[in-house]
Amino acid sequence: MIRPYGPMRPPGFIARLLGAPGALAGTVVLVAILALAVLAPLLAPYDWNATSQCRRLAPMSAEHWFGCDLFGRDILSRVMYGTRFSLAMGLSTVAISLIFGAVLGVAIAYGGGRFDAIGSRLIDAMLSFPPIILAILIVAVLGVGLWNAALAVGISGIPRFARIARAATLALVARDFIEAARAVGAGRMRIVLRHLLPNLAPILIVLTTLDLGSAVLFTATLSFLGLGAQPPVPEWGAMLNAGREYVRYAPWTMIFPGLALFLTVMAVNLVGDRLSLVLDPRQRDSI
Amino acid sequence: MSAHHIVARLSGAILTLLITWTVVFGAMRLAPGDPVLLMLQGTPISDEAMDAARARLGLDRPLAVQYVSFLLNAVSGDFGDSFRSRQPVTELIAAELPYTLQLAIGGFVIGMLLGSTLGIIAGIWPNGWIDTACMTLALAGLSLPSFWIGMILIQVFATQLGWVPVLGTGFEALILPSVTIGLFLAGGLARLMRNSIIEVMAQDYIRTAYAKGLTAVRVILKHALRNAVIPPLTLLGIQFALLIGGPVVTETVFARPGIGRLLVLAVLEKDFPVVQAVVVLTTAVYVLINVLIDIAYGIIDPRVQA
Repeated sequence: MIRPYGPMRPPGFIARLLGAPGALAGTVVLVAILALAVLAPLLAPYDWNATSQCRRLAPMSAEHWFGCDLFGRDILSRVMYGTRFSLAMGLSTVAISLIFGAVLGVAIAYGGGRFDAIGSRLIDAMLSFPPIILAILIVAVLGVGLWNAALAVGISGIPRFARIARAATLALVARDFIEAARAVGAGRMRIVLRHLLPNLAPILIVLTTLDLGSAVLFTATLSFLGLGAQPPVPEWGAMLNAGREYVRYAPWTMIFPGLALFLTVMAVNLVGDRLSLVLDPRQRDSI
Repeated sequence: MSAHHIVARLSGAILTLLITWTVVFGAMRLAPGDPVLLMLQGTPISDEAMDAARARLGLDRPLAVQYVSFLLNAVSGDFGDSFRSRQPVTELIAAELPYTLQLAIGGFVIGMLLGSTLGIIAGIWPNGWIDTACMTLALAGLSLPSFWIGMILIQVFATQLGWVPVLGTGFEALILPSVTIGLFLAGGLARLMRNSIIEVMAQDYIRTAYAKGLTAVRVILKHALRNAVIPPLTLLGIQFALLIGGPVVTETVFARPGIGRLLVLAVLEKDFPVVQAVVVLTTAVYVLINVLIDIAYGIIDPRVQA
């Protein structure tokens, strides 16, 4: 059973979040990736899309640290620009899952009765699709593309968020302070916005952070399958897909984009893991 | 668990499948592109021939009729013929299924061995450096892009070292894709196993077992593990169901035949009958395994009446 995690804890929150070496390392990597995404035009040694910067599939060298791809483009520059796509796709994906999932979950739990019964059945049905299959189906309807892939992964995450938001809302609605708010005449909207949401925030934040890692991975996976970002966009999954046929002769075409993806997802997961520990009152004494 | 409860659970599963069917049917018809034109790949065609082709595929009938007739046929086990290859869909799936099953089982075994080893070690010595090391490894398993690690495994063990064939469907060619899947499975399993062990080790009966003078090894093997495996078993069940649905990415990286590849190609070619059949069958397996887990739960632990 899912319990609400209680209100956010301001004092010492950052200190406790960074109190574990793993989470600290994760944060450092994330800050670096964020900086790369913002500063890519300044930091990238070459234009990400300029071909013939070097020999086709040229190996790693002092001029081209990560080597070159089939079209003679600098892989380091492309990996740097790739941070933008990974972060943007991951964040927009979880934003879609979070917003629609939370609204759906809170609405059906608060609405109750038949509304809840139908909504829950719908969530169950959506959850019964293996996520990758649901995402592929949605891409089939929307068409192939970067943002369609993000939308597809976002939609396939809605039922997870909705189920947890619903369960947490049901637990909260039964508590005295909601009853008290109702007793003093607070309207529905006021109760939801002022009393429910602040108490749902920690659990939703944890879920969002834990989901962000897999969202980044999932959108890159769709690009790898050719369903997401299309060439020449320097998205990591698409770069790996493009480098697939030359792996034997030029392994650097796939090693570096994949490593960047792995580090990003790992960093997000390390921070998310720690965040869920810090925000969970049952664990609070142990940290 | 009462018979009534099982019946209720099963009818819920059937309703879920019906919704799934409707979603898939709707999705394939909403998707842009006409299957007949896609099959022709740009070859010019007269209007009459176009109509004849549509009639042959049953696409000229009203949507409601298509929906019901596809559904009725599916219930009797007939999922129609593939638009593209004209073979019965059930035959196509039956041909791919063994490859996917082999891969699912291989990945499952490796994931289970690796995951439970990491989880048990971390759970027995919690909150120290051993725990941190094991859990960081587990998190790495969850964070690894399977298409990337798959390509690296091919590069290192097949191309460079030549220990296993790069491609193929024999037993040796099964090792690398199984490891690829196993690493991801192991990550989730290890985390769950660790928490489960820690919870069980704090129980009174474990203290009792120690008080009786049993050795630590005996306590862990005979008392702790037995009680700690239930939550991880659930995860494994769900993961196995997902694997049957086709490890799309791993099959693509290793260019293996299988259900996942079949589905991706069918979606891209708008081969409606194949997509419908694969999605509905994999969802059915997924739902069924979930029901079985629920029922098994009730048998293993009579207190559970979820």
